[in-house]
Amino acid sequence: MSVNPELVGRVFPPTASYLVGREKVREFARAVFADAPQHLDPAAAQALGYRDVVAPPTFAMVVQDLTMQQLLAVEDSGIALERTVHAEQRFHYSRPIVAGDELTAQLSITGIRPFGAGAMVTSEAEITDADGAHVVTATSVLLIGGEVS
Amino acid sequence: MTSATLEVGTVVAERTVHLTRESLVRYAGASGDFNPIHYRDDVAERVGLPGVLAHGMLTMGLAVETIVEWLGDAGRIVDYGVRFTRPVVVDAEDGADLFVSAKVGALDDEAARIDLTVTFGDTTVLGKAQVRVRHQS
Repeated sequence: MSVNPELVGRVFPPTASYLVGREKVREFARAVFADAPQHLDPAAAQALGYRDVVAPPTFAMVVQDLTMQQLLAVEDSGIALERTVHAEQRFHYSRPIVAGDELTAQLSITGIRPFGAGAMVTSEAEITDADGAHVVTATSVLLIGGEVS
Repeated sequence: MTSATLEVGTVVAERTVHLTRESLVRYAGASGDFNPIHYRDDVAERVGLPGVLAHGMLTMGLAVETIVEWLGDAGRIVDYGVRFTRPVVVDAEDGADLFVSAKVGALDDEAARIDLTVTFGDTTVLGKAQVRVRHQS
């Protein structure tokens, strides 16, 4: 099955809210070799004007991933994880993610174009906080390989 | 360093990060990306990869962190995008060394564009890795 072209323009329901925990931010920071004190030490983050530790920039992926699960769960999508390669990623921020944030993400499929035997799928996850204010938009381009027959 | 002293071409930060299989497992747990090509040789081989690969998002994440100390505040980052162009094969015994260099690529009134170059051996593994950072207020 190839990628279903009717996915273009599809807007998914918002994800359940994700509460950003201080220890999760620290765990993620260690995993990406982020040793700046603002990621680890609440006092250092507060000295910069934040309520709590500041997540590294690519932490938004943890929330975006919830939307990817929605996409992979679509039965007739034609998208299978083992044939998927992450080709491009972009984050556009209104503000950094901070521990204590309650975030939701809403996925839109903004483009599908043929690429070899497969397709390039562009999606945007708009991540907002508990007040509905924009935090970050995460844009992914996935290369979905054609099925090997 | 203040924005007033920035010039296009200036290298603002560099570092080498040594990745091991443990780094990949740690990132898998922290990010929730448990694709087995990032920790199982047998699966990597079966799908035709040259070996167990680092997560692209791990490379993207560690690359941008190279400039955070120089920035003083990661909150100055307004946009960050990359293309994943080459895989990083992480050997079970020797691991993999990634070298990150961050250079001023462009300047305007509001922000600087910092271009990140990430190399693994002789190859560049990210394309168009660009970070837009607000000038210090």
